[in-house]
Amino acid sequence: MDREGRSPGFYFLAAFFALFVLFLYGPISTIVILSFQGPDGGLTFPMNGGSTYWFANLFEKQAVGDFGGSFSRSIRLGLIVMATTLVVSVSAGLAFRRPFRGSTVLFYLAIASLIVPSILVSLGIGLMFNILEWDTNWYGSALGAHLTWTLPFGLLIMFAVFNRFNKAYEEAARDLGATPAQTFRHVVLPIIAPSLIGVALFGFTLSYDEFARSLMTSGSFNTLPLEIYGMTTNVTTPVLYALGTLTTGFSLMVVLLCLAASLVLQRRRRRHGSDAGRGI
Amino acid sequence: MNPSARSSPGSATPYVQVAPLAVIFALFLVVPIATIVVVSFWDYDEFRILPDFIWDNYVYLLTSQVTLATYVNTVKYAVLVWALTFAIGFVIAYFLAFHVRTMTWQIVLFILCTIPFWTSNIIRMISWIPFLGRNGLLNSTLIHLGVVDQPLEFLLFSDFAVVLAFVHLYTLFMVVPIFNSMMRIDRSLIEAAADAGASGWQIVRNVILPLSKPGIGIGSIFVVTLVMGDFITVRLMSGGQSSSVGIAMSNEIALLQYPAAAANAVVLLVVVLLMVAAMLRVVDVRKEL
Repeated sequence: MDREGRSPGFYFLAAFFALFVLFLYGPISTIVILSFQGPDGGLTFPMNGGSTYWFANLFEKQAVGDFGGSFSRSIRLGLIVMATTLVVSVSAGLAFRRPFRGSTVLFYLAIASLIVPSILVSLGIGLMFNILEWDTNWYGSALGAHLTWTLPFGLLIMFAVFNRFNKAYEEAARDLGATPAQTFRHVVLPIIAPSLIGVALFGFTLSYDEFARSLMTSGSFNTLPLEIYGMTTNVTTPVLYALGTLTTGFSLMVVLLCLAASLVLQRRRRRHGSDAGRGI
Repeated sequence: MNPSARSSPGSATPYVQVAPLAVIFALFLVVPIATIVVVSFWDYDEFRILPDFIWDNYVYLLTSQVTLATYVNTVKYAVLVWALTFAIGFVIAYFLAFHVRTMTWQIVLFILCTIPFWTSNIIRMISWIPFLGRNGLLNSTLIHLGVVDQPLEFLLFSDFAVVLAFVHLYTLFMVVPIFNSMMRIDRSLIEAAADAGASGWQIVRNVILPLSKPGIGIGSIFVVTLVMGDFITVRLMSGGQSSSVGIAMSNEIALLQYPAAAANAVVLLVVVLLMVAAMLRVVDVRKEL
């Protein structure tokens, strides 16, 4: 590759990339625009007036099922999944740095968890609860089902993090007399913190969007994706698009918050990393 | 604690640290899959499932013409979607890894690609409706331009729509691992190839493609397993007109025919594992971890 000018190939590839981005964003932008239809608007263009009527409609409970309840359940479930994924992945990631019996089996179990089709996990947990005569619910069986999807991702990220981790920092801490807990709290944790935001983001959003694994496991109260699916089969007004716009906006906000947090952490680390010789 | 005690093989620390992970996988993955296998041999009537050991569920499943047609249809989706996501994903990853020069731009463009991934899959599917529908944007544009006089019916609620939605949902699962592999390629290999007189195309074909294989393998496993187990995309985008293994299973679940669904699940699991094993024979994925 020459460093001076752009080859014709570059412009072709850049155009391809632009088309790809258009392909990714095009449909979503369409429903965002259409969700601002007037009260007489339909599911397609042309726009019939402009208003926020359909967003208001979304919050009238009887109109479109229990949007508020399912939304809050999904957020709470997402937060529980996020916290559990974070703690369990970091802990397991630490364990995998040393050889222990059963590590290979557990590693392949994590990989299996990723490639087993979601509907199988859903069916299996549903059946298990059915046979044991336990009730399925979003904070028990659905939580377990979601964790089989988020934990492998968390674990793989932790592998990548610890592969690049320089053990000399820990040895230095130990040589200075730090206990393992102190080493973890003051040395390891601050170094891996930015990557943990990635694990948290994966945990929350994978759970927040999960449909197939919630299907047979969430019991009598719907999570948001189940509610949305229910709406696609019986709602034929732009309220569906209002819901899409709102949840997309919410996801976008979560991603941006995580990115911002990660940037702040990295900047702080850089500042604190260069305090050698300042007598702090 | 002294270092030798920490690293001694008898230390309990790693077992304590890994226990939560092991318990969760045992409770919510191993036991449920075992339950499916057991239940697949059970009997059922309209009201309940009956513990038993019969082969009827498998005999019925494996001798039915419908099963074969369903699998052919599902594999057709998997192959088409794999080919398209691979072609698109490779080009996008190649552009990001080798043609975007600064890391800042790489990150910015990469995030641009990942943002749609974070919104609900079902919302991303239904967002095709106003675009592809009978009175959708595409049809009205084509009619306006005089390309066609009748709306194209094959755009929505068809195999075309199913494959398009899959590509829209899953191309990123190809881009990320391939990009990751490409970033690890030693740039001096490419310079060496160029100095030896290789054209740009020859470098891609003989240097970059073979060295990206682990990433391609990981992406392929993701896309193929996701498509094989899917039922929601096929049902929504085909308008209920196409079948897939996942749909067959979810229909049986809806009718409370759990043993039949379980037998279906076991067969699906075996097929998916065979496909993954075949892919692992072609590429060594462990190199990437």
